[in-house]
Amino acid sequence: MNQVLLIFLPVLFALFVPLLYKTFSRIHTGWFVLLVPLTLAIYYARFIPNITEGPYTSTFYWVKSLDLSVTSYLDGLSLLFSLLITIIGSLVVLYSIFYLDRKKEQLHNFYFYLLMFMTAMLGVVQSDHLISLYLFWELTSISSFLLIGYWYNRDRSRFGALKSMMITVFGGLMMLGGFLLLAQAGGSYSIRELIANGSVIADSPYFIWMIVLILLGAFTKSAQFPFYIWLPDAMEAPTPVSAYLHSATMVKAGIYLVARLTPLFAVSEYWIWLVVLSGLITLFWGSFFSVKQTDLKGILAFSTVSQLGMIMAMLGAAGIAFHVESPQKTIFAFAAYAAIFHLVNHATFKGSLFMVAGIVDHETGTRDIRKLGGLMSLMPISFTIAAIGSLAMAGLPPFNGFLSKELFLTSMLSLKEFSLFNFSTWGPILPWVAFVASIFTFVYCLYFLYYTFMGKGNTSKLPKKPHEAPIGMLISPIILASLVVAIFFIPNVIGKYFIKPAVLAMQPQLYETIDDIPIHVQAWHGWTTELQMTIGIVVIGFLLFITLKKWQPIYRFVSEKWSLNGLYNRLMRFADVDSQKLSNLYMTGSMRHYLMYMFAFMVVAVISTLFMSNGFNYSTANTAEVGIFEIATLIVMIIGTLTVLIARTRLTAIIALGAVGYSVALFFIIFNAPDLALTQLVIETVSVALFLLAFYHLPKMSRHEERMPFKINNFLIALGVGVMVTLVALSAQSQKLLPSISQYYKDTVYTKAGGGNIVNVILVDYRGFDTLFEITVLAIAGMAILGMIKLRRPKKEKKTHETK
Amino acid sequence: MKLNNVILKTTTQVVFFMIFLFSIHIFFAGHFSPGGGFVGGLLTASALVLLLLTYDLKTVQQLLPINYTTMTAIGLLLSLGTAATSAFLGDAFFKHYFDHFTLPLFGDTELHTAMLFDLGVYLVVVGVTMIIIQSIGGDE
Repeated sequence: MNQVLLIFLPVLFALFVPLLYKTFSRIHTGWFVLLVPLTLAIYYARFIPNITEGPYTSTFYWVKSLDLSVTSYLDGLSLLFSLLITIIGSLVVLYSIFYLDRKKEQLHNFYFYLLMFMTAMLGVVQSDHLISLYLFWELTSISSFLLIGYWYNRDRSRFGALKSMMITVFGGLMMLGGFLLLAQAGGSYSIRELIANGSVIADSPYFIWMIVLILLGAFTKSAQFPFYIWLPDAMEAPTPVSAYLHSATMVKAGIYLVARLTPLFAVSEYWIWLVVLSGLITLFWGSFFSVKQTDLKGILAFSTVSQLGMIMAMLGAAGIAFHVESPQKTIFAFAAYAAIFHLVNHATFKGSLFMVAGIVDHETGTRDIRKLGGLMSLMPISFTIAAIGSLAMAGLPPFNGFLSKELFLTSMLSLKEFSLFNFSTWGPILPWVAFVASIFTFVYCLYFLYYTFMGKGNTSKLPKKPHEAPIGMLISPIILASLVVAIFFIPNVIGKYFIKPAVLAMQPQLYETIDDIPIHVQAWHGWTTELQMTIGIVVIGFLLFITLKKWQPIYRFVSEKWSLNGLYNRLMRFADVDSQKLSNLYMTGSMRHYLMYMFAFMVVAVISTLFMSNGFNYSTANTAEVGIFEIATLIVMIIGTLTVLIARTRLTAIIALGAVGYSVALFFIIFNAPDLALTQLVIETVSVALFLLAFYHLPKMSRHEERMPFKINNFLIALGVGVMVTLVALSAQSQKLLPSISQYYKDTVYTKAGGGNIVNVILVDYRGFDTLFEITVLAIAGMAILGMIKLRRPKKEKKTHETK
Repeated sequence: MKLNNVILKTTTQVVFFMIFLFSIHIFFAGHFSPGGGFVGGLLTASALVLLLLTYDLKTVQQLLPINYTTMTAIGLLLSLGTAATSAFLGDAFFKHYFDHFTLPLFGDTELHTAMLFDLGVYLVVVGVTMIIIQSIGGDE
């Protein structure tokens, strides 16, 4: 139980953050917040030694009758992610304490959102129930939206926040559809049970739909081509957020989902093709366009896109292991391990790079790479960290990126060997795509490093006089950078405790224990194709970097208008402006028009239903005799109605309408319904009084109302409503399809309901629900009228608002 | 609307109390003979409307300083609360309870939780009618 409740620890703590911010305003709120991820990191670290004995589950029943629960499910994969979330989270919070000024920033907002995100993300990676996974998934989108828009008075921040939310929530909704299909086919919402039930699901006619919809969710979240466009705009967020959400954790939620569902979907060729292709395209696209960027964080954003694509491609390749015989002994075993390994490495080096970008921004006042340069001597520690990070990203030894890059090349080369699903035709091209993309990766790593810290920069022209960052800000990136180096030397320790348990969770069909996974990572693995490719990448990449100035202008040929961003903007404008145009066509603001729509629709709907279902019927079998009283009252009613029609002033019309109402009350008396008669009488009185009051405010009858087309229009609608009501009343009277319920009321009113007046007992007891809702509606209407009249703006104020 | 009509004022002073007392009677009579919370509420409201028509809004508000918004809210809560009580007692939502008691002055009387529900209806009806009339009538 504790395990599942700890997911909610951050968000519960968040409730106290505003309080802490106000009470201890002299201590940076971040210090308190830091305790949360630290506690959780220690808690999750305790699982590491014996995670393979798990999985550890713990359930919190939310709505038991609907089978809704939050189940925390800790196996190798979710533990690895939980550790990433909490450890990187701690480092980011520590970094943010020095990055965000205590006095200038709204820290309570910032940390509230950040803690909310932490809960959401832990929920995503630990949920076993599809619906709670979905809820947490959307909560990550929402907290990301809030964090990107943290500096909400900047236009770009709001734009970026909205863009990220639009795209990720679109994906989330698609994913929900996929989840529902999945649960329908598999008969359960539990991922574990679904995986155990995999063969049934694979036979479902909707199998391909599930794959497409769920992948849409994963691809939008993990910024895959063509949905990646939100990530560069998300860089408007404060740098700690970019380092945390938009490189290390949230964007990996899609990766997690793909990894988690691999045992379920990898049987499908579509899954493998979609994941591999989108991964490779994203890898290439991201790395190619990264060189175009001039904003430091922009470069890192595109590089994140590209690296995510790389991990995605490996996950796709990992699916192949389900289609070959004894994959443990072949080259196909590597992809899963490589994907998880690179995911960890990416979190370390990209986290440190983002933090350095933040430091540069913080200490120089700009992130524009065209203005920067030559910071190496001024900021030696930051430079060292940046060098480690970018060389690791480029895939050079002695950094962890080298190892996972080699494994990546191995798994891409494995695609060549695979012969099913048309891979024999297209497979050989894929390693080449990976090769070219890696060259560009190498180029942008150098580009980032060289133009920020080396080269000829004019440091005097920078907005601030640059100097080394305070030590507090350096701690987190230093820790991450040391990990980058450390992992290179102890890859198999990391492999044993972190990577292999995760691979086991991802490919449970292949391995019994972690010792069955036959991978031993070595820095020197012989004169292999992978190594030759790496040398090729370095040589060509270096040549391209030297000639960068000569070929960079090709990016100008990419038209902004037809880019994906242009497409997004036009789509948004269409949704905003054009849909407003459309609704303005009928939402005129005139009450008269709305009433016309309603009545006309009602007439058409009711009369057509009546005749299409052959419901109209007329018989005089059950009618009573018509007496003199009825005829007299009827005549009064008709005269009253006609008076309303021909009345020249409103006052006459209102009084005539009152006469009609009172005659109806007379009818009730004739038909022995004292309750109804009483009510009708009082209502008539009150509403005539109301009319008279409102009458005072009505505008004079206009000439418009005397025009013939207007009158005919209204006449037709009124006639239609009248005919409709008459037809329905006659049909209802002429045919009784069900026996009347009156006898039941008569039998039970005294014995069971303890009353004598059936009408009133119906109101308060038999059909009390109706009354309850009626008075609720009445109260809402009262509030609406109150609001409309009392709270409206004075006319002058309204005008000034509009001109703004 | 400021009227100064002596006959209307004099009659209103008597008729208002008659209508009001009658509305209370109608409300209580509801369960066994014609009447109930809805009609009772409307009758009370009409008595108040009569006051409003005779005197102006300000005078009536000084005479009866009632916040009708609060009244509506209380009524709604009372109805919902009565309906929900049974759910908390383990019965179905909206189950009513009643029994006969011998009370001084009244003799054998049936007490019924439906009456509480009806009281809520009464309050909402009076409250909303008066909100509408006051806000439209009081608007310049």
